[in-house]
Amino acid sequence: MKICIVGCGAVGSLFAAALAQLDDVEVWAYDASQPHVDAINANGLTLSGAGDVHATLRATTDAAELPPCDFGIVATKAMHTGAAIAATAHAFAGGCVATVQNGIGNEEVIAEHVERVIRGTTFPAGKILEPGHVQWDVRGDTTLGPFEPKPAPFAEVERLADACTRGGMPTHAVPDARGPQWRKVIFNAASNPIGALTGLTHGRVCERPDLRALVSGLIAEGKAVAAAQGIELDSDPEDLIDHAAKPEVAYDHKASMLQDVEARRTTEIDYLNGGIVRFGHELGVPTPLNEAIWALVKGVEQSWLQ
Amino acid sequence: MTRVCIAGAGVIGSLLAGHLAQVCEVSVLTRRDAHADALNAEGQRVSGRSDLTSRVVASTDPAALPEPELVILACKGTDLESLAARLEGHFAGATVMTVQNGLGAEEIVGAHGAWPLLSSVTFMSGTRHSDTHVEYILDTATWIGPYRDTTPADAHRVADLIVASGLKAEAFDDLRPAQWSKLIFNATVNAVAALTELPHDFHFAQVEQLGDLGNLVRDLVDEGKAAAAAAGVELWEDPWEMNVLATRRGHRHYPSMLEDVEAHRPTEIETITGSLVREAQRAGVPVPLHTALYRLVKAKEASYSE
Repeated sequence: MKICIVGCGAVGSLFAAALAQLDDVEVWAYDASQPHVDAINANGLTLSGAGDVHATLRATTDAAELPPCDFGIVATKAMHTGAAIAATAHAFAGGCVATVQNGIGNEEVIAEHVERVIRGTTFPAGKILEPGHVQWDVRGDTTLGPFEPKPAPFAEVERLADACTRGGMPTHAVPDARGPQWRKVIFNAASNPIGALTGLTHGRVCERPDLRALVSGLIAEGKAVAAAQGIELDSDPEDLIDHAAKPEVAYDHKASMLQDVEARRTTEIDYLNGGIVRFGHELGVPTPLNEAIWALVKGVEQSWLQ
Repeated sequence: MTRVCIAGAGVIGSLLAGHLAQVCEVSVLTRRDAHADALNAEGQRVSGRSDLTSRVVASTDPAALPEPELVILACKGTDLESLAARLEGHFAGATVMTVQNGLGAEEIVGAHGAWPLLSSVTFMSGTRHSDTHVEYILDTATWIGPYRDTTPADAHRVADLIVASGLKAEAFDDLRPAQWSKLIFNATVNAVAALTELPHDFHFAQVEQLGDLGNLVRDLVDEGKAAAAAAGVELWEDPWEMNVLATRRGHRHYPSMLEDVEAHRPTEIETITGSLVREAQRAGVPVPLHTALYRLVKAKEASYSE
């Protein structure tokens, strides 16, 4: 089968390299970075850190080069989903497209361009060290399920999950993948922007009782929006927040959004707190704290244009 | 009224000292000897909307200054307690006027002496270029009202003196409506600017889409209005209209709290938003958004040491 990774950044590269280990899968990578694409085509893709992997695959910046594929895995930053899937949709006319991106609302954008969509959430993380070389920081599971309004057949979801798992990325196919997705979104929306707005690491956010209470306020709103959709979270985001604050876990971790803000990169706030607010708005669930945090982080981004 | 002492020579104090010394005898109580020496040697220069240099007598020791009839405490709220303590036992025959942002400055000063007290809020602004040079930028008024053992007539006499010196001032029989209007405006604009690092510009009035910053500003103003109503205060001006007007002035104003966070200085969050949150609590009105911003700004201050 042919699988195209759409957006071969850190997370996309983890999937690309894993799948390229399999004899029955031909992997393509579509990415906007010419140096990264050139390096992959010349020397292959290398992962190091949590796993050492070398993979040979085809990469391109030109969507017209892509063959018809059985699967797409979209792994761009959330704000680039629309452009990336619009450019590559032709390759998936007969296939299914999964997302392993952060936030909520990506499936809806993908479904504007392709017919069979797979909802997904992934926990592995890494960073690009140099073109063609990715550091694998965190191992973790991935969950895939049919996207309800435009679902991929469940057998196809299982086929993709099986391939990912065989390649070394443990992946579960489930009928309803919203629980893990909302759990991750609520966790990220309650922790990432607080770090970004205050400059504090996750552990220091959590040891300030008043700020930890604000985190809980954000979580409670997110849970209410999930509950209004009948989504059962697979675990309590409160527990994840406290777990991450432990010294041996992520006390000193600067949230990725804080790293984005420090580097003046556009954040994924529109798909985290913004996503919770949009769903809440449609469902009639009030989300005033998430809306405040969304507006503040957008304000931070606007301040860079001054 | 012929002798005025300006205690605290930041932007507001320097503007008052330079102007008032054109119409009466002005002494300046400074924190640093070098500042007092420079003022004694060079006088106070004001540029911008005014162009003048005034002779003043300055010292770090109240006992070294002539007995004033009026003392204007022009320091920031964060320095008020220590400044009032320095005045304890001095200037028994003087009336003391506060100009600090927020609420509660009068009580702090009143605890250090039996002086008759006037309250005021000021909207003028400037930029301090050196110990002896301040630029007068916004020529908006200072509002004055009686507080303890003073009458509306006392407030009028001080307002007349300030107007005669070339600045703008207005006397009120009851200052609370104006003070609350400014408090709500200030708490909202300063905290949002401190967190987003945006100057007070058009974003603060933008309400077209969900997530626009103006929605948050309006929600914060509404919380303040509810607290004012519960405290029995009928606002003098609508803080939302003040906000919209200010963003249309055509130049970008840098709120003091934004300048403070950029310079990694302690902000006035405690005396501004903190006093609003405490007054709202006293009145039994929930202000979750102001509470959230208060916590975030306090946390941002804590991150300076990271």
